[in-house]
Amino acid sequence: MFRRRAGDNELPDSTGHFGPYGGRFVAETLMSALDELTRVYQDALDDPTFEAEFKTDLARYVGRPSPLYEAKRFAATVGKARIFLKREDLNHTGAHKINNTIGQALLASRMGKRRIIAETGAGQHGVATATVAARLGAECTVYMGSTDIERQKPNVYRMKMLGAHVQPVDSGSKTLKDAMNEAMRDWVTNIDTTHYIIGSVAGPHPYPVMVRDFQSVIGEECREQCLELIGQLPDALIACVGGGSNAMGLFYPFLNDINVAMVGVEAGGEGMHTTRHAAPLNGGTPGVLHGANTYLMADEDGLILDTHSISAGLDYPGVGPEHAYLKDTGRVRYETVTDEEALHAFRLLSESEGIVPALESAHALAQAAKTSECGNVEDVIVVNLSGRGDKDLESVARLDGVSL
Amino acid sequence: MSRLAATFGRLREAREKGLITFITAGDPTLAATVPALNQLADAGADVLELGVPFTDPEADGPSIQRSSERALLNGVTLRTSCEQVALFRRENDTTPVVLMGYMNPILALGLEQFAQLASQSGVDGLIVVNLPPEEADELRSVLEPFDIDLILLVAPTTPLERIETLANSGSGFLYYVSIKGITGADHLDVTDVERKVFSIKQVTDLPVSVGFGIKTPETAAAVAKVADAIVVGSALVETLSRTTTLAESLKDIHELTSALKRSIRAC
Repeated sequence: MFRRRAGDNELPDSTGHFGPYGGRFVAETLMSALDELTRVYQDALDDPTFEAEFKTDLARYVGRPSPLYEAKRFAATVGKARIFLKREDLNHTGAHKINNTIGQALLASRMGKRRIIAETGAGQHGVATATVAARLGAECTVYMGSTDIERQKPNVYRMKMLGAHVQPVDSGSKTLKDAMNEAMRDWVTNIDTTHYIIGSVAGPHPYPVMVRDFQSVIGEECREQCLELIGQLPDALIACVGGGSNAMGLFYPFLNDINVAMVGVEAGGEGMHTTRHAAPLNGGTPGVLHGANTYLMADEDGLILDTHSISAGLDYPGVGPEHAYLKDTGRVRYETVTDEEALHAFRLLSESEGIVPALESAHALAQAAKTSECGNVEDVIVVNLSGRGDKDLESVARLDGVSL
Repeated sequence: MSRLAATFGRLREAREKGLITFITAGDPTLAATVPALNQLADAGADVLELGVPFTDPEADGPSIQRSSERALLNGVTLRTSCEQVALFRRENDTTPVVLMGYMNPILALGLEQFAQLASQSGVDGLIVVNLPPEEADELRSVLEPFDIDLILLVAPTTPLERIETLANSGSGFLYYVSIKGITGADHLDVTDVERKVFSIKQVTDLPVSVGFGIKTPETAAAVAKVADAIVVGSALVETLSRTTTLAESLKDIHELTSALKRSIRAC
């Protein structure tokens, strides 16, 4: 059902590898569940009713297609190029995350699994998972680091409203990576009844390819909308990269359009000259974490480093293995944007366009501003506005010294 | 003959079940590790598993997570874990030592460098929790020349035909994970374990050890009836860190280990 890239270089291979990256580095207990998921997913791809259900849910429940909007005042403030926003913030639940949870919920039903678990950082994936679980009538537990619970309170309450149990994780750095460790421990323990909805193009095979496929609706729509609206493909695509699902979803359908430049934006935190960032593609080395071989933030002994980003959704020491591959091949350029630059873009888009972006997406906006500054008037840039910023208002207000 | 092969050979001849103990290197202190290994061997442990601490021990329960965190605070790495084995080898050249940990520290050191270091330190085997055989070819090929066994795990969810694959690609012994869950969990079902170990025995001559969730001499005895060896980890790790003085901790793990060995010897 999903349009795959033509040619012999279709990745991943049958074992889930993107070149040297990806694969399956998990405890033996999980291997049979991953085999089952791979099989069920493959069957679903060959089944027209699955495609129909997925598309119907996206249209009627999520509200797709999401608009492609030209942000003229924002563009005029930051530079010369035309800037378009792919409005994933307008999806039901306010971010791109729901595209994937809709797809995986359908698969969970096919596997007869009545319990859903997920990890979440910013809470967007947690909310999107709690949402589909509510719709399935399935029991749902969302693991969330206690640091993230503190900085994303509105989403925590939303998940509870949706009937999910939010399980605080106090181990390690108390952020997304620790939530993922805990979700994996739960999955190993409850493997017969439970489907684990990983929220990014990360984790063991088949998650990176499956989540990419579900998210590639973003790029498919965007490609058509560009041709329809401006009669050409964009010159550049820009998206933020934590695990990298919104970026992979936007980029994937354009990978063969060699004239379309692609920029993934990692969280530069307090700057790449410090250790306080979350940019494994720019400041990390390849290694194995959470089921895949990919770029990681780790020390010389292979221990995973604490990361920092103002944005909980980007505060993760790893990245999806396909991004690792695309970095090495040079097809996608990966840049970093600091907390401060992202905050500036957050305010600027709010004031110039009346759109409050998620802090994650604000990283992509900041990069678009940099790109546009040294660009030309005829350049067309598409930014993936992956989520809305309501969840971040409290954190931003606190930085302003205002308590809500 | 490797120390592991010699040990399992000796156990088979004596018709005796083996006891495999697990502690984490550098927990509760770095100074405790070699004395603790000596105590365990002295109390009857046949194989010593030494955990290499990792920041993200995704297959481990709370006891071993905390143990790993304490060890990391003590600055323990894969390198220092190997150094502890080397120190232990000055006093004990017969009891096999198996390192157990996660893949990333090994990758960071470099596979070849790791194999050399482990061999020089007197390491006999390696268990990498998050390395299924599909991803293990490279590591296995660098370990082979050094006679270091790559020990594979079999899970309750592993289908029969896959057990054969695991048996063919592993060496030393097979480690049957007795529960669907993490280390130290509580819901071990002895009948289930019996059934599964029986089917593993049908397809392999490798010794089969059983671990995860064995805490008391009673469970140990029940499981040892069907297995060649049992593994106890969380219970020892908890005992080792419970008391304030090293002397007391060592006495306590000696007692627990002796009790465990007594309970399975006759099985």
